[in-house]
Amino acid sequence: MSRDVVTERAQRLRRRHARSRRFRRLGAAAVAVALALLAVLFGTIVAKGHSAFWQTQIRLEVHLDPALLDPRGDASPESLRAGDYRGVVRQALMARFPEVEGRAAVRRVLGLVSLGAEYRLRDMVVGDPGLVGRTVPVWVPAAAAVDTVVKGHIDRDLPEARRPLDDRQLAWLETLAAEGALERRFNWAFLANADSREPELAGIRGAVVGSALTLLVTLALSFPLGVAAAVYLEEFAPRNRWTDLIEVNINNLAAVPSIVFGLLGLALLLNVMQLPRSAPLVGGMVLALMTLPTIIIAARASLKSVPPSVKEAALGLGASRMQAVTHHALPLAMPGILTGSIIGMAQALGETAPLLMIGMVAFVADVPGGFTDPATALPVQIFLWADSPERAFVERTSAAIMVLLAFLVAMNGLAIYLRKRFERR
Amino acid sequence: MMVGIQARDGEGLAAAPEPAAETAAVKFSARRVSVFYGAKQALFDVDLDIVDRSVTALIGPSGCGKSTFLRCLNRMNDTIEGCRTTGRILLDGQDIRDSDLDPVELRARVGMVFQKPNPFPKSIYDNVAYGPRIHGMVRGRAETDALVERCLARVGLLDEVRDRLHEVATGLSGGQQQRLCIARAIAVDPEAILMDEPCSALDPIATARIEELIDELRANYTIVIVTHSMQQAARVSQRTAFFHLGRVVEHGSTEQIFTNPRQARTRDYITGRFG
Repeated sequence: MSRDVVTERAQRLRRRHARSRRFRRLGAAAVAVALALLAVLFGTIVAKGHSAFWQTQIRLEVHLDPALLDPRGDASPESLRAGDYRGVVRQALMARFPEVEGRAAVRRVLGLVSLGAEYRLRDMVVGDPGLVGRTVPVWVPAAAAVDTVVKGHIDRDLPEARRPLDDRQLAWLETLAAEGALERRFNWAFLANADSREPELAGIRGAVVGSALTLLVTLALSFPLGVAAAVYLEEFAPRNRWTDLIEVNINNLAAVPSIVFGLLGLALLLNVMQLPRSAPLVGGMVLALMTLPTIIIAARASLKSVPPSVKEAALGLGASRMQAVTHHALPLAMPGILTGSIIGMAQALGETAPLLMIGMVAFVADVPGGFTDPATALPVQIFLWADSPERAFVERTSAAIMVLLAFLVAMNGLAIYLRKRFERR
Repeated sequence: MMVGIQARDGEGLAAAPEPAAETAAVKFSARRVSVFYGAKQALFDVDLDIVDRSVTALIGPSGCGKSTFLRCLNRMNDTIEGCRTTGRILLDGQDIRDSDLDPVELRARVGMVFQKPNPFPKSIYDNVAYGPRIHGMVRGRAETDALVERCLARVGLLDEVRDRLHEVATGLSGGQQQRLCIARAIAVDPEAILMDEPCSALDPIATARIEELIDELRANYTIVIVTHSMQQAARVSQRTAFFHLGRVVEHGSTEQIFTNPRQARTRDYITGRFG
C-alpha cells in the first residue's frame, strides 16, 4: 500500500468522523431549541397564571344582625337563606368607613368588596346558625378591580380616569392594608367554583368536572369499540377488498378535521336523536368518534407486533383462536394499546372545535352533576375566558391552561403506570 | 434399529417390506396430500405413513416441504391465510379433517414444538398449566401442581427450576426453554408430538439433552421431527422420510436410508452433494 493511499484513507476517515460529529450536534441543537421553546411556553403561562391562585381578601368586622338575617325569626335554614346579607356587608363597610357620605361615595365603598362576600356570609350563617347576633371578623373576597390593582396588574400611577379604582378607593385600600385587613390569600374559589361573570368568583371546577365526565364517556365508548374492532380486523377478518377498504377509511377518519365530527354530532346526536345540548354525554360521544380511529390504529399496530410464535404456541396446544387472542396476544399488546388510547384521550381532552358545535361553549355557572347536565370543558373554558374583556380573566386563562396541563400530565402519568404494570406481568 | 422398534411393537416383521410394517401400528397415514400457498404448490401428492411410538425424521433441503407436511398433521397450516390442503390424512384411521374432529381437539391430541423456543411470557408454572387448564383437564390447585411437577420432571427440568416456578419463563436458557415447551406440549397428554427443528436454535449440549429426551419420550408418544441435521436424524429417529421439491423421494427405516438408500437423490443428499 503506497503512502498516498494511506494518507487519503486517513483523511477520508477524519472527514467521516467530522460529519458524524456535525450530525450529532445538529440533533442536540434541535432538542435544545425544542426544550427552549417549551420552557418559554411554560414560563409565560406560569408567570401569567400563578397569581390567579391567590386572591385579595378584605377583613370585615361583621355584625350578624338578626333583624336582617332572620326575616322570619325562627332561625330555620329557609329563613336564614332569605336573609339580607348585602345589607349586613353594607353595614359592616359603613361601620368601617363612617366618614363616607353621599350615595356615590357609598357605592364606591361597596365596590371594594365582591358579590362573593354575601355568599360567603350566607354559607357561614346557614352552616352555623348560632353565629346570628354576634359580631365576627370575616375575610371576604375583594372585587376583581381591587384584586388586579393589588396584584399590580394595573398601574396605580395611571391617570384616574383610566383606572378601575379612583383615588379615594385607593386611599381606603391603603388604610385597610395598613391595619392588616387586606391580604392575599389562597384562592380556594378558583378550584371550588364553576364559571362566573365576576372574575373573582370564577372557578375552574365546572370545567374540570365537565372535562372528566366527557372523557369518561369517550373512554367508555371508544376503548372497547376500538379494541374490539382492532382485534377483529387484525386477528379474525379475512384479507380482502372489503377489509382493505375499511382499513383505508379508518386511516382517513383519523385525519378528518375535528370540527367535522362536531357537525356530525350536531346533525345526528342533537337534531335527529334529540339528545340534550351542552351535555358531557354528547360531547363524549363526539370525541369518541374522533378518538376511535386513533385507538384502532394503535391497537392494530401493537397486536401486529406480538410475536406470532406466541399465538402459534397457544394454537399448537389446542387453544381456540379466541383463546389465543384473549389469553396471549391481547395482554401482550395491552401496553401499546393503552399508550395509544391515552394519546387519543389526551387529544380529546384538548379538543375544542367539536364541542363548540354541540353547545358545550355555553356559560355554565354550575358544576355539572351528571352526564346530561349542561357543562363546559377545560379547553372551551380557556377559550371563553381568553375572550372575556375583564383584566382579571387574563390570569385565570393562564391558570386554566396550567390546570389543563396538569390534567394532561396526570393522564400521561396514569398511562405510564398502567403500561409498566402490564409489562411486568 | 429397525429390529428394535419391531421388537417393541411386537410385530416381528424384520424381513417384510415397508408397507407391511406400517400396517402394524400406523399413527398417521397421509395419502395424496398436496398443499398450496395461494397459487404456489408446496407439497405434491405426498403418501407417508408414520409409525406409532417411534421417532420419524423428516429430512431434506430447505424449502422441500418437510415443515409444511409436519404442519398438516395438526392442521396448523389452516391458521395460515391462503393455505389450502388436499388429500387425506388419517389419525388412527380417522380423517383429521372430519367434521367430527375439531382442529382444537386435534391439536390437543397432536402437540407441537417449534423451531425457536416460544414459551409464553408468563411464569414457568403457567406455561405448563395453560394447556391442561383450557382443556379442563385439571381441577383445583393441588391437581395442577402435581401435573406441572410431573411434566417438568419428565423433561428433566424440575430440579433446575423447582424454586423459581413462578418466575417468568423467558428468563430460562434456550435449552431450558425448549424443554419447557416440550413439557408444555406433553401436559395436555397428546398422542403424538410434532417437532419442527427443535434444536436448531440451541447449542450442542442443549441439543444433546433434547435428543436424549426425545429418545425417552418415544416409549409413550409418536414423534415426528423435522431436522436439518442428518446426524440428528440418524441419532434420534427409527424411521426417516427424505423430502425434495415437495415430494417424498424415499422413506423407510433410518438405518436403511442412511446406509443403503434406494434413490440416487437420497444418496446425494445424505453424502452432502447438495442441500
